[in-house]
Amino acid sequence: MTFALETAAHPENLKRIVIEPVTRVEGHGKVTLLMDEDNRVHQARFHIVEFRGFEKFVQGRPFWEVPVLVQRLCGICPVSHNLAACKAMDMIIGATVPVAADKLRRLMHMGQILQSHALHFFHLSAPDLLFGFDAAVGKRNIAGIVAAYPDIARQGVGLRRYGQEVIRLTSGKRVHGTGVIPGGMNKNLSLDERDYLLKEIDQIIAWSQAAVELIKMIYSERPDFHNGFGFYRSSFMSLVREDGALDLYHGGLRARDEHGQTIFDHVDYTHYWDYIHEEVKSWSYMKFPFIRARGREQGWYRVGPLARINNCDFIPTGLAEAERKIFKEFGGGSATQATLAYHWARMIEMLHAAETIQELLHDPDLQSDDLVSNGERQLRGVGVIEAPRGTLIHHYRINEDEQIVRANLIVSTTHNNQAMNEAVRQVALQYLDGQQLTEGLLNHIEVAIRAFDPCLSCATHAIGKMPLEVELMDAAGTLIQRLIKDSDGQCRA
Amino acid sequence: MGALVMSKAITIDGKSVSFIDGQTIMDAALAAGVYIPHLCHNPEFEPHGNCKLCIVSVNGRNMTACTMPAAEDMVVASDTPELDSDRQALVQMLFVEGNHICPACEASGNCQLQAAAYYLKMLSPHFMHFYPPREVDASHPDIFLDLNRCILCELCVRASREVDGKNVFGISGRGIGTHLVVNAASGRLGDTNFAVTDKAAQVCPTGAILIKRQGYKIPIGQRTFDHKKISEVQMEPAKRTEPEHE
Ligand code: SF4
Ligand code: FES
Repeated sequence: MTFALETAAHPENLKRIVIEPVTRVEGHGKVTLLMDEDNRVHQARFHIVEFRGFEKFVQGRPFWEVPVLVQRLCGICPVSHNLAACKAMDMIIGATVPVAADKLRRLMHMGQILQSHALHFFHLSAPDLLFGFDAAVGKRNIAGIVAAYPDIARQGVGLRRYGQEVIRLTSGKRVHGTGVIPGGMNKNLSLDERDYLLKEIDQIIAWSQAAVELIKMIYSERPDFHNGFGFYRSSFMSLVREDGALDLYHGGLRARDEHGQTIFDHVDYTHYWDYIHEEVKSWSYMKFPFIRARGREQGWYRVGPLARINNCDFIPTGLAEAERKIFKEFGGGSATQATLAYHWARMIEMLHAAETIQELLHDPDLQSDDLVSNGERQLRGVGVIEAPRGTLIHHYRINEDEQIVRANLIVSTTHNNQAMNEAVRQVALQYLDGQQLTEGLLNHIEVAIRAFDPCLSCATHAIGKMPLEVELMDAAGTLIQRLIKDSDGQCRA
Repeated sequence: MGALVMSKAITIDGKSVSFIDGQTIMDAALAAGVYIPHLCHNPEFEPHGNCKLCIVSVNGRNMTACTMPAAEDMVVASDTPELDSDRQALVQMLFVEGNHICPACEASGNCQLQAAAYYLKMLSPHFMHFYPPREVDASHPDIFLDLNRCILCELCVRASREVDGKNVFGISGRGIGTHLVVNAASGRLGDTNFAVTDKAAQVCPTGAILIKRQGYKIPIGQRTFDHKKISEVQMEPAKRTEPEHE
């Protein structure tokens, strides 16, 4: 298939530019650009190596071990993998998860949404958004935020910490907890734990509201710029509740095309492969999923906060729903396509998470002891949730001896693979085409990738701080220009 | 009324410990509330002397306390920095000889190898990992056998033979090639008469013999070694082989 700028017609005469962050175990992302003599962009690609070997590694392991094993996939959102895998295992043991356990899992998930969204917005994106994409590098980091906007920084830290406390108390541990088990939960929330969380929840909701106000203010100061940056149209996919409400923990799959037309709706995710296929491309280790009905070329889509806020019919908590309406109005009543609108949608979700936590904490079911169930063994299990970054699919097959024989995972970042490539291409065309490279210009590419909050672990969550090296070579391989960004964010030639 | 039996005694770390004939140093120590680290010893079975963790110095010579009969006036040293450092090295070797990945193991918190490592203040495996290829056997309906975690203590071998009267497990091979085998023509646990209620299903000190589908039903934080040291648990023998399942 052919996407504009995905493959240059005559790569042999072009300069190759590589933006390659060095990453830890979970993934490795890099951007390559091919440019001609006049610095015109002919090809732009975002490559990822991710989760290699995991699907192989779990083969032979007993299924009940997997929800804990998968947390090791990713240091950034272990709770999401834990929950998706456990939902698959619920299906394998034929369990109908008791109401109380379902609510405890939702509480844990909301804690994860809150802490993940807060981290992404305040630590990783706010520096770009508040200081400008090509502001002085030394300033464009969390320390810069602390100096210039101490209140905002403090709220970011507070929101994140609260989310982590919710995770700790529901999962039993701050990281890599084991509270969720196939069929339910192994612990409830004690009254002491509940009261401890209730103490701060009003503050957390207020801070979440302030965060929505902040992104709205940033956005509306330069609406054309924010709308136009890396702009393109795409389909969106997410889970929605039966009644069309936003639901990050459970629901049916809904996909709408770039004009807002429904492609499929309320699809039973245990048959996701009837609707989504994955394509392999030689230049990236990450697959390219696409919606079957629309084919390889038209079938790509976006997932994550923007997709969810666009796709749902309403948000079942009051404050967030009011914000969704403002968001929708801003988009002229139809789906907002802007890449940077991800940030806005993300903050609306954070507010929803805070409100949901409050609601759940007042629910006496959380102190119930009816926490696990069991049923008739199946050989196949599929679990899907809306992780902070988007739809997360876990699919397992076991043998009669209860060992995993096959595992397939489609993580949020994989769904967004084509979309991130598209964003990189748009930004390369808008800002880099015909230009001499500067750190500020390269950061524009990072800003576009960062809007998705892709989970390449360090490749993105530390993107502003990570060493980054860009080389510009001519067709003969001679180095023309090199730019190195050190971990302190300083650039040198 | 017969004459008063003069009790015999040894000294362990300067403390007088009485014993009766037939008791090993370990038996006498445990009875007197003196802790000597051990892994392959369990008072319910014949001692085997496999792990060497119970190494003590007897009149200046190193011996395994679990197999050495106590004898009048023995002078035993156990709680010394030298012996503890030897014990730590032994535990480190057990870690690198198998594939013990605590964060991904459901026995974490109930595992005696892990607890011994904490007790001996082991901070890293120190030696190079062997990463040996080891088998898993899931053929039994109620038991999952994961040889990645077997430390060859032979407790299951002894329990099956001495208590269950079944002889399900055995040891084969020599040296580094030593491994646990299942006594069935197919070599598979599913083809034996092993039962989940067997004593041998309850004694594994690590996560090598697992009762299926238990996983994390007991939360981390409520497990045997979460609040107690291995020394405390092993001093209350009745507790140590209590089944973990309902
Ligand atoms: S399976 Fe367990 S009990 Fe048996 S020898 Fe190995 S470690 Fe010891
Ligand atoms: S306990 Fe004595 S050798 Fe293992």
